[in-house]
Amino acid sequence: MYRIIFNRPIAERIKHMRVVAPFIASKRRPGNFVILIPDEKGERIPLTIVDSDPHQGTIDLIYQEVGTSTFKLGLKREGDYLYRIVGPLGKPTHIEKFGTVVAIGGGVGIAPLYPIAKGMKEAGNRIVTILGARKKELIILEKEMGEISDDLRVWTDDGSYGKKGLVTHGLQELIDEGLKIDMVLAIGPAIMMKFVTKMAAEHNLPIIVSLNPIMVDGTGMCGACRVVVGGEIKFACVDGPEFDGHQVDFDNLILRLKAYRKYEIESLERFAGFYPEVKTYLQGGVR
Amino acid sequence: MTRQPARFPEELKKKLRARFNEDWRKELRRKISVKERLAIERVAMPENEPMERIKGFFEVNKGYTPEMAMEEARRCLDCANPTCVLGCPVAIDIPTFIKLIEKGDFIGAVKIIKETNSLPAVCGRVCPQEDQCEGHCAYVKMGKKPVAIGNLERFVADYERAAGEVEIPEIKLKKGKKVAVIGAGPAGLTAAGELAKMGYDVTIFEALHEPGGVLMYGIPEFRLPKSILKEELDYLRRLGVKIITDFVVGKTATIEELKEEGYEAFFIGSGAGAPWFLGLPGEELNGVYSANEYLTRVNLMRAFQFPEYDTPIPRGKRVAVIGAGNTAMDAVRTAKRLGAEHAMIVYRRSRAEMPARIEEIKHAEEEGIEFIFLTNPKRFIGDENGWVKQMECIRMELGEPDASGRRRPIPIPGSEFLIDVDIVIIAIGTKPNPLIPQTTPGLELAKWGEIKVNWDTMETSIPGVFAGGDIVRGGATVILAMGDGRKAAYQIDRFLSEKRD
Repeated sequence: MYRIIFNRPIAERIKHMRVVAPFIASKRRPGNFVILIPDEKGERIPLTIVDSDPHQGTIDLIYQEVGTSTFKLGLKREGDYLYRIVGPLGKPTHIEKFGTVVAIGGGVGIAPLYPIAKGMKEAGNRIVTILGARKKELIILEKEMGEISDDLRVWTDDGSYGKKGLVTHGLQELIDEGLKIDMVLAIGPAIMMKFVTKMAAEHNLPIIVSLNPIMVDGTGMCGACRVVVGGEIKFACVDGPEFDGHQVDFDNLILRLKAYRKYEIESLERFAGFYPEVKTYLQGGVR
Repeated sequence: MTRQPARFPEELKKKLRARFNEDWRKELRRKISVKERLAIERVAMPENEPMERIKGFFEVNKGYTPEMAMEEARRCLDCANPTCVLGCPVAIDIPTFIKLIEKGDFIGAVKIIKETNSLPAVCGRVCPQEDQCEGHCAYVKMGKKPVAIGNLERFVADYERAAGEVEIPEIKLKKGKKVAVIGAGPAGLTAAGELAKMGYDVTIFEALHEPGGVLMYGIPEFRLPKSILKEELDYLRRLGVKIITDFVVGKTATIEELKEEGYEAFFIGSGAGAPWFLGLPGEELNGVYSANEYLTRVNLMRAFQFPEYDTPIPRGKRVAVIGAGNTAMDAVRTAKRLGAEHAMIVYRRSRAEMPARIEEIKHAEEEGIEFIFLTNPKRFIGDENGWVKQMECIRMELGEPDASGRRRPIPIPGSEFLIDVDIVIIAIGTKPNPLIPQTTPGLELAKWGEIKVNWDTMETSIPGVFAGGDIVRGGATVILAMGDGRKAAYQIDRFLSEKRD
């Protein structure tokens, strides 16, 4: 069992959990993820390791409450336990000194972006960061990203914080300013990564994306997480989760992410029956 | 696939001969004549009704009663040269255990089986007996149905558990040496059990959150109830075996790092867990599954109890399973139980070449599974939501035999046709999981990523690291994996004993 040190909100419906997992804490590298199971009847869900403390034997996870599993996580309190956690999984990020790296994070995608950008910074890269979200309340890790960035710009869809627009506007702005970009990192919703990749292609920029397909075992056993990369089937859990964005079939990823939508809603509605708090959220309309 | 030739080692011959000549055996042989024995019909396995059983996941076979078992045991001729033993990958002393059943000594019988097979309740259920012990039975040569060795094995194992008489063998002197077993499937569990009995301090590292390997995530409840697996695992724990789940060797820690933790020998039984896909267009569509994913969702994650359990599985109305092995049968029969109106096996060869056990095929037929032979998919077609809706197939005919000895299927040009589907399950086999080979420098591999071993010792290219089961065979059976685990355990003992000086 894995004890929870804290589990606190950092933005609207986004929480930061620190949990005791000594083996994982000592082994993990930027880009690695874990598979966890909230309770005995829970699913296996992947989450990127945001940070770790090998001395304390803890890892940090950040998640958005969107479905039964993440709401279950959200209800955990300090001193509670996670049923299971396994890792570190996936290939770690290929980190080298590229020069100037533009790190683009959308919404809760800023969480997996942080360790990778940090690794890139430590390797001597100049980090120019673009953070985006629908509104001010959904921007996370601005301070932490600021500490490892040489330049940081925030964009919101509704203009409630930073500049008004999408992260693609942010990238366009950098290109227009004549910034020499050696690598783009983009992590966020599949649709965001798709359009950032499209823009990168138009400007001949190399781009790394981190994919978030549905997974079950996370060790290459089932193929639930298969993605089309360069026309071939790859397993995000063992071949990724990071890939050359130009090779990724995002439209397929977007369709596959919706595969269980009907079941996710059914499950969450049932779960909401037990928790008024979740019910209130649902009444606001499931995205 | 590498197959070990069947041999009758001198030692085994001696043991069989000595028991054959014991007075009680002679007595039993005299009691009923061969002619009378030959006249007894094979006792059919009692089964739950097909239309009842497809409503749930309970076990199909109900098992023999003691009377049925003794009746079936009487059929065994107690041959002087028991070829059935040669057909058994772990050389169980079959005639002795059957004759003990005839005598009514069921506990004695299970003890004989357990000399070489620590999981008889599992093997009695999932072994392909028709290719092994029963395939070598003297009755077969006479054109008759073989003695139901598998049913008898299952009976005594179940009898022992029901009687609560599962004995924990006395552990000899503790050796004070740590052995790591990687993977809690049939190979690993067997190796761990044997090593624990020898007095080693054994820890099993399992990647998933439940031990059992394919017995847990692959084989469904209706063929192997999980309660049986749980009892076998309890037995191992009582032998002192430690099982650490959620630990991916190669990721959580490497073999090298475990060595630093004091483990002096290793057994890798990580299995052939990586699924093959067909490489056809549309395979990335929603609704197309590997058998591994489909079965894992249902068996390990209990998706059949969704939404009480959180993992979902779509309940398809028209489910096509590609392949005709045991896994394909498990998948298609699971789909039927999840409410499929049409649960289909699509196989490129004909009925005669199907690799599944005869019993699985029979059960599938009884349950209304549709078999579409000499047919191969060409591509999968999706709807506007990216969900599979049709499968374009081509008819096949059989040509000359290929390397496997089976006639090669050849597509018939212009014979393409469409099958409506809402779920496709690909069950064409698995390959070794690459995680350990990738993270263990110096480990030599064969063509498809199988770990190379010396077949006499099961030792890999790294001294002190042994391997067995599907990670070396690439996709075989539970009993072969168990045989490897057992053999490796003795070799690990030899290795560690020699290492002392």
